Amino acid sequence: MAKKGYDAGVKEYRDTYWMPEYQPKDTDILACFKITPQPGVPREEVAAAVAAESSTGTWTTVWTDLLTDLDYYKGRAYRIEDVPGSDDEIYAFIAYPIDLFEEGSIVNVLTSLVGNVFGFKALRALRLEDIRFPIAYVMTCGGPPNGIQVERDKMNKYGRPLLGCTIKPKLGLSAKNYGRACYEGLRGGLDFTKDDENVNSQPFMRWRDRFTFVQDAIERAEKETGERKGHYMNVTAATPEEMYKRAEYAKELGTPIIMHDFFTAGFTANTGLANWCRDNGLLLHIHRAMHAVVDRNPHHGIHFRVLAKCLRLSGGDHMHSGTVVGKLEGDRDSTLGWIDCMRDRFIKEDRSRGIFFDQDFGSMPGMLPVASGGIHVWHMPALVNIFGDDSVLQFGGGTLGHPWGNAAGAAANRVAVEACVEARNAGRELEKESKDILTSAAKHSPELKVAMETWKEIKFEFDTVDKLDIQHK
Amino acid sequence: MSAIQDYPSRLTDNASRKFETFSYLPAMTDKQIREQVQYIVNQGYNPGIEHTEVENAMQNYWYMWKLPMFGETDVDTILAECKACHDANPDNHVRLIGYDNYAQSQGASMVIYRGKGFK
Repeated sequence: MAKKGYDAGVKEYRDTYWMPEYQPKDTDILACFKITPQPGVPREEVAAAVAAESSTGTWTTVWTDLLTDLDYYKGRAYRIEDVPGSDDEIYAFIAYPIDLFEEGSIVNVLTSLVGNVFGFKALRALRLEDIRFPIAYVMTCGGPPNGIQVERDKMNKYGRPLLGCTIKPKLGLSAKNYGRACYEGLRGGLDFTKDDENVNSQPFMRWRDRFTFVQDAIERAEKETGERKGHYMNVTAATPEEMYKRAEYAKELGTPIIMHDFFTAGFTANTGLANWCRDNGLLLHIHRAMHAVVDRNPHHGIHFRVLAKCLRLSGGDHMHSGTVVGKLEGDRDSTLGWIDCMRDRFIKEDRSRGIFFDQDFGSMPGMLPVASGGIHVWHMPALVNIFGDDSVLQFGGGTLGHPWGNAAGAAANRVAVEACVEARNAGRELEKESKDILTSAAKHSPELKVAMETWKEIKFEFDTVDKLDIQHK
Repeated sequence: MSAIQDYPSRLTDNASRKFETFSYLPAMTDKQIREQVQYIVNQGYNPGIEHTEVENAMQNYWYMWKLPMFGETDVDTILAECKACHDANPDNHVRLIGYDNYAQSQGASMVIYRGKGFK
């Protein structure tokens, strides 16, 4: 025991929680926070406060502190860095002993790391930039129910990105008309069609009718094309009980893949469903509605790369990643960083991609990043170049908006993706030669030719809001 | 904008069946095939050849032609083996696979000779 007796009162956080001499252990969970302190609060104090409030500490000393070995359990702020390009923010690096977290519970990790501390008054803003899960913790999590390699074998898709399409309009179709839209896309050459995230079980189309008709569409398209097909049947529901009921019916139909919205439904529901998928042999597609609420503001919230790592541990086989080139936010280097976090076994620290820590996923399978949102055939060469083979490229409007209908739209995208892969394999530079590659492919595909005429001028060239922190002065 | 065209695929038409990667492109020329074989070699994949009757193309397992050519990096040798398989099974789809033993998956898989009735 360090000293005799209990001193009540308020101590400065840095006395206990700022430990610049600390060497993080291999088993520690590490976090990098971007902090905007209130004016006048010293940076060591604010870093220590974040460490305290996200681990063992509270605002005052309590006598029960002395019943345990707080020096063992506390989070430690061990490094502070300037944020490039910013005068008032700092990066604080904090190490948490692994004992602070229940095994296999992303819920528990987030409750600590992004809990009360985000409302703490001594901070103007706080953002969890990155997190390092030690391999010891990774191994307690279930992870993706199948993984990329198993999915390729099940779906018989090799050596190219997979092709999908979200069915539109998002809302309002009857189950049978909806199944028609799926069938047309699948017979035209898509691998997957997708329920839009807000399609759950509304009065105009109840889930059971949708699943039944869509399965019919899948089976007929498989017979017709001789290829494996799937539709992400969205089982997201108001309660876990209802979610499992829908998943059970999807399994009964023999469908290969179901879908879940992990953020609105929560990590508890997601982890449970991922375990169910592993037990029952279904692939799991993960949508990310609500993510931009917490990950888009560069000063406050949670960076998407953290959500991606958390989801990989919680479990999913596909995860939306942004497109870089489409209608939705996503800086190129930053996106490359988090798609590595989804797919790779080991990700090295790389500040140029926003990766603050080495991350070892060991034997945990990877997820396929899904590029979706405002993309069309003209984007195909860039998408194949950015995402490579291990990805799902998903064209909603870019399939259904084809002047000749969904089958033609699907065929156009399929021809385009195959032409790009063929050209890449032959050593051509996709983004430089994109026009030539697509134009020659269109000579053999009237569907592609018309798609190229339709979407020639559409671009989404807005500046990204959430950029990497770089020196710009 | 040109007039709307029907999408011609039919359940009753065997030629409407596809066979995964590159089956939506025209059959590759000899030069194109050579480039793809070179790609498989460059990636460090192990080439393997399989074939099957066109009506059984959707099944998981096709007939394996001999054994995968582990460590083979000579493009002409690989092409000659594909041709030998085709000559012995002229009506079948013949596909070339690039086994990626690190990913424990197929890094590439493409039909090099299309079976009877397929252009």
